[in-house]
Amino acid sequence: MSGLSTKRLMKELADIKSKGTPEGIILLSADSMDEWVFLISVLGDETIYKGETFALRMKFGNRYPIDVPEVTFLANGQYQPPMHPHVYSNGHICASILGNEWSPVLNAVAICITMQSMLASNKKKERPEGNDRYVRSAPSNPKLTRWHYDDDVSTGTKSSCHPPMTRI
Amino acid sequence: MSSDGDNDDFLYEDEYDDGFDQDDIDSTSEPDVYDAMSPAIEEAPQKKPYDVSWKVKTLQEIIDMQNKEIMKVQSLLEVPASSAAILLRHYVWNSEKLQEQFWNDPAQALEEAGLSPPSSPTTHTSTQPTGLFECPICCMEYDYSSTYSMGCEHRFCKDCWMEYLTGKIKGEGESAKIQCMESGCKRIVREEVIDDLVTHDISKRYHNLLNAAFVADSPTLRWCPHPNCEYIIECSQAPTRMLNQLVPTVECKCGHDLCFGCGYSASHRPVLCRIVKLWEKKCADDSETANWLQANTKECSKCQSTIEKNGGCNHMTCKKCKWEFCWVCMGPWSEHGTSWYQCNRYDEKSGIDARDTQAKSRASLERYLHYFNRWANHEHSAKLDAEFYQKTEKKMEQMQNSGNLSWIEVQFAKQAVDAVIKARITLKWSYCMAFYLKRNNMTELFEDNQRDLERAVENLGYLLEQNISDTDSIAKLRQDITNQAAYVQKRHDILMDDTLRGYLERRWEFTVDT
Repeated sequence: MSGLSTKRLMKELADIKSKGTPEGIILLSADSMDEWVFLISVLGDETIYKGETFALRMKFGNRYPIDVPEVTFLANGQYQPPMHPHVYSNGHICASILGNEWSPVLNAVAICITMQSMLASNKKKERPEGNDRYVRSAPSNPKLTRWHYDDDVSTGTKSSCHPPMTRI
Repeated sequence: MSSDGDNDDFLYEDEYDDGFDQDDIDSTSEPDVYDAMSPAIEEAPQKKPYDVSWKVKTLQEIIDMQNKEIMKVQSLLEVPASSAAILLRHYVWNSEKLQEQFWNDPAQALEEAGLSPPSSPTTHTSTQPTGLFECPICCMEYDYSSTYSMGCEHRFCKDCWMEYLTGKIKGEGESAKIQCMESGCKRIVREEVIDDLVTHDISKRYHNLLNAAFVADSPTLRWCPHPNCEYIIECSQAPTRMLNQLVPTVECKCGHDLCFGCGYSASHRPVLCRIVKLWEKKCADDSETANWLQANTKECSKCQSTIEKNGGCNHMTCKKCKWEFCWVCMGPWSEHGTSWYQCNRYDEKSGIDARDTQAKSRASLERYLHYFNRWANHEHSAKLDAEFYQKTEKKMEQMQNSGNLSWIEVQFAKQAVDAVIKARITLKWSYCMAFYLKRNNMTELFEDNQRDLERAVENLGYLLEQNISDTDSIAKLRQDITNQAAYVQKRHDILMDDTLRGYLERRWEFTVDT
């Protein structure tokens, strides 16, 4: 591992330990320096995800934070990805912040906050258009999918997004 | 049909001033931009109305073109060269639009292009603090001299800059639009900064990408598509909207033809770019399947589902509509009684009607295959060109030895092969053309020309295959081949000339939109 990601991740970890994480975001595991899991829940009574908790996994390559980490919602016996028009049932997320709008000054907690607000602003539980088709043929690493981001939203996610193959 | 002379003053320039698509270079400024670059080389000595002029440029000339524009903008707007470059790239090298926007609101124009407003040019560098700086990306501490900020108040260490820029250039192939590392900061990284921060190799790659983007953004430039060729074609007479009446075939200095309109790596004359695209797509989708369907299937005489008979008797039951019919006469099975393995009812009315419907549904497939097979045949012949040349060369040696002809005297054979190959390419595309033409008198004339050329080529091909026996027969053969080659050339020129003129005269009607 290059010094670049190690030192940075250690600093992020130290910050989380000393300052804590924002409400609704918990660092579940950071056993190794290349894979962390956060638990995310949406606060307040307004949300359609009230009472639900999701697990967000981040895999950091050794070029982190120059390169964006691989971020997915866990889909296993214990956790299910949120029903959201940008989240595929295999946990892949279509969000520009995880693609062309990634900036190296962002960090793991910033990604969690973006995901939390993406969920908070959603009003309707549904899967993206073409979910089944995408999930059937998707690469295991979502970074290998060429996402199309359709519309700017202040949260850094987009109002409508899709992998290219969902358009017929 | 084709009239000579009266079209000689046909010019595209006068129509060409009203701009192309939304963000293309404004053509009115173009002559100023490119004219002085290199003397115009008129590739075609006698220019036909359907021919275009072009220049072949080297990469250096492309770089010079950009620099010249950059210098012009630099002095006009009084900005540094790298700012002028960023502005020009933002306005897709449309310097008129750039100037208009700039003089309208300089600060906004700079901001939009990703530059700092003129009021705060380089203040930060002068107020560089002392002490150590912790890079927000790698969290290491650095001396300020090992850090860099673009003047947008976002400072990072040079190591992180290098990693980031290298990733953008090498990994993502970005060049003109590399922004500050800070989230949401739109400031564009300047050329000289990139050159300073990355390795020599990456910087070279970056400049290649910039040049590639310049060529790709310009409607008047196109890379030669041939492998390892680094020339660029400049042609201002074939804007996209002219491609419904022009087939701008040009020749690169590497010796290969290409189509300036669509980048096809050979001449596809006389067929329009759009038709070529349709044809290629159709062939990729259909041809194999169509051939197989043609050979192995029939349609149900009731619901028109395609049925493959893979054995068994002639009593067919359509899986889809349950209709029972006879595979041989296509008539209803109910009229067949018990003659399971033979059908002697081929001429009964019900059978004829059923075959009629079948024939109609087959007709379009057959029509396509008719043209496709001829097209593919010439395509296949073209693949054997090298062999054809080799065989002819052998024969030329033989003639020099046994016929006492000099090297120069046997060149007629090579010229004949050249004529055949050229004509075959044109013939190949003429079948694609014919497939999309509506049936009318003009189309018949086209097919007459096509047939005449086809025959001429066949005859010449036959003569070139002849064996050489004695000196007398060589003299005769030489005469025949020379004459026939001239005839092929003539028929070729007639077909080409008439077809290409036909676009300008709007004589051709297609079954699809052009």
